[in-house]
Amino acid sequence: MGSIVSPIREPLVTGNKTYNQITEDICAPTERAPSISWVIAFSVANALAAVFLFTSAWTIWQGVGTWDLNRTIGWGWDITNFVWWIGIGHAGTLISAILLLFRQKWRTGVNRAAEAMTIFAVAVAGQFPLIHMGRAWFAFFVFPYPNTRGPLWVNFNSPLLWDVFAISTYATVSVLFWYVGLIPDLATVRDRARGFRKKIYGIFSFGWTGSAKHWQRWESLSLILAGLATPLVLSVHTIVSFDFATSVIPGWHTTIFPPYFVAGAIFSGFAMVQTLMIITRYVLKLQDYITIAHIESMNKVILLTGTMVGVAYLTEIFVAWYSGYIYEQFAFFNRAFGPYWFAYWAMMTCNLVSPQIFWFKKMRRNLYVTFIMSIFVNIGMWYERFVIIATTLARDYLPSSWSLYSPTWVEIGIFIGSIGVFFTLFLVFVRVAPVVAIAEIKHILKSSGDQYLEKQKEYVQKQQFSEKN
Amino acid sequence: MANSKNVLFGLYNDDDILIDAIKAARNQKLDIMDVFTPFPVHGLDPALGLAESRIHIAGFVFGLIGFITAMGFMSWISVSDWPIIYGGKPYWPVLSFIPITFELTVLFSAVGMVIVFFTICGLGPGVTAKVLDPRITDDMFCIAFDVSNMEENEKAGLQKFFEETGASEINQKTI
Repeated sequence: MGSIVSPIREPLVTGNKTYNQITEDICAPTERAPSISWVIAFSVANALAAVFLFTSAWTIWQGVGTWDLNRTIGWGWDITNFVWWIGIGHAGTLISAILLLFRQKWRTGVNRAAEAMTIFAVAVAGQFPLIHMGRAWFAFFVFPYPNTRGPLWVNFNSPLLWDVFAISTYATVSVLFWYVGLIPDLATVRDRARGFRKKIYGIFSFGWTGSAKHWQRWESLSLILAGLATPLVLSVHTIVSFDFATSVIPGWHTTIFPPYFVAGAIFSGFAMVQTLMIITRYVLKLQDYITIAHIESMNKVILLTGTMVGVAYLTEIFVAWYSGYIYEQFAFFNRAFGPYWFAYWAMMTCNLVSPQIFWFKKMRRNLYVTFIMSIFVNIGMWYERFVIIATTLARDYLPSSWSLYSPTWVEIGIFIGSIGVFFTLFLVFVRVAPVVAIAEIKHILKSSGDQYLEKQKEYVQKQQFSEKN
Repeated sequence: MANSKNVLFGLYNDDDILIDAIKAARNQKLDIMDVFTPFPVHGLDPALGLAESRIHIAGFVFGLIGFITAMGFMSWISVSDWPIIYGGKPYWPVLSFIPITFELTVLFSAVGMVIVFFTICGLGPGVTAKVLDPRITDDMFCIAFDVSNMEENEKAGLQKFFEETGASEINQKTI
């Protein structure tokens, strides 16, 4: 069943699976005791998460003065981390929504984990504006609510406020999309479980039975949510880029920012998906569902978006030169040859040069290369935000106010700790929920499973043979 | 239970056999109560003759509400409740309302649609699933008939239908 897939396509489910085997394989990690490697990873992640809690508490208690920001460089590691995490949070919705609209079947192997990753990355990113406020208990001031100060409303013309709406909408819609997709699979786990586990999964699977009408509505809902999430995911990083682009700082005030930020976000998001997937598929033994074909497809996206980002870097330099505007020219000269030259060249190497290795099929299909590259991209994209934010601010219009900036232990702790929070959430997720969308894999089995594709290949060859004779 | 049903159901072990069985049942004018599958089977809706889902209408209506809410609220604030000139722009700078209006349209539409989905499907936290067979969420495909008010000979007919269409198991259960 299912639509016909060309037999020259690579299978997306290998190992001659039956429906039952798919259930067994994917549910298994949630049903057995955690492995030693999981326990070790979880302990490390927890320790780092504790560092995050401590350093953010320190920040809130002492004030943002504990950071090394100054009057010239008002944004440093804080906003860099925020934009980095938000960017990482873009791949999940791209995979699940845009690839669903484009009918890319390879999304089924990775969409669940990528969506989870998105939600956790956005959750981590959401912490940053809170601690940036210094007085985090006044965070609700960002929402337009009737208050006793007039009421004095928030400024609806400010991109920073647009960001509040964009990110909270994005977080909400991502959670809904993810959870609606998760319900049938939670029902599968429920029907296999006993006792207390059955009760828990019974509550979280919302009484799902798999009725034909429910499936029909479920599919319809997923499609429309995908249609809504597609412009949404593009809007979120566009609005993040407006935070910079609507200012009058040379190096920020550019119209290229929205598409360039979106491409960069997808780029870094896919890199993080690769980092996680390569480990997950190995540890949970899901190589039959997250195949080399999946890894290769994602590497193609990384190559494309990395090159788009690279073109944007070069365009910026060209436009700076072509504008004849000395402040703009200086901003870019300063990025490459100023005090933070290393950040600029790290960014260029990691984001523009290194992904070009993926022009070679052998490299796209090599797990070690992919893993190292994914780390490179994560580093490169962090540096990109640092270059845009701190380097640009360090050398502004007045040489008398030029300054330098290096992070304090608090800022470093917040960053390292945020990685711990992210991995804590992800590791909990792989223990309690199916990491691969069971129902969706079953749905594509008969069109993209290896045994079925093989049969179709034989059929096509027979036909060609009879046509010849 | 007051509205419990006596259900006769057949389990099939393949989706292709299921579709053929459904077509046969429709030809024989049998009144299928429901079909349960572990995943959305391609071609199931036309075989069952299900009308297209209208959940997108809910999406549109909620989206519209979101659009009007955002535009109306921001316009009321900046024109009437507390007019402020920002950067020499007019009191009603409609262009800068676009991002938030877009976000709230999407937010209302998505949240509204999901609530409608759970409501019309009767799903929610704490709802007990009426599971005919635990393997239905694994690898079994089920056609169910309501036999609460049926004569024995009618039941026998259904039994025969299941046997003819290749059901691997036939069971009866009260849900």
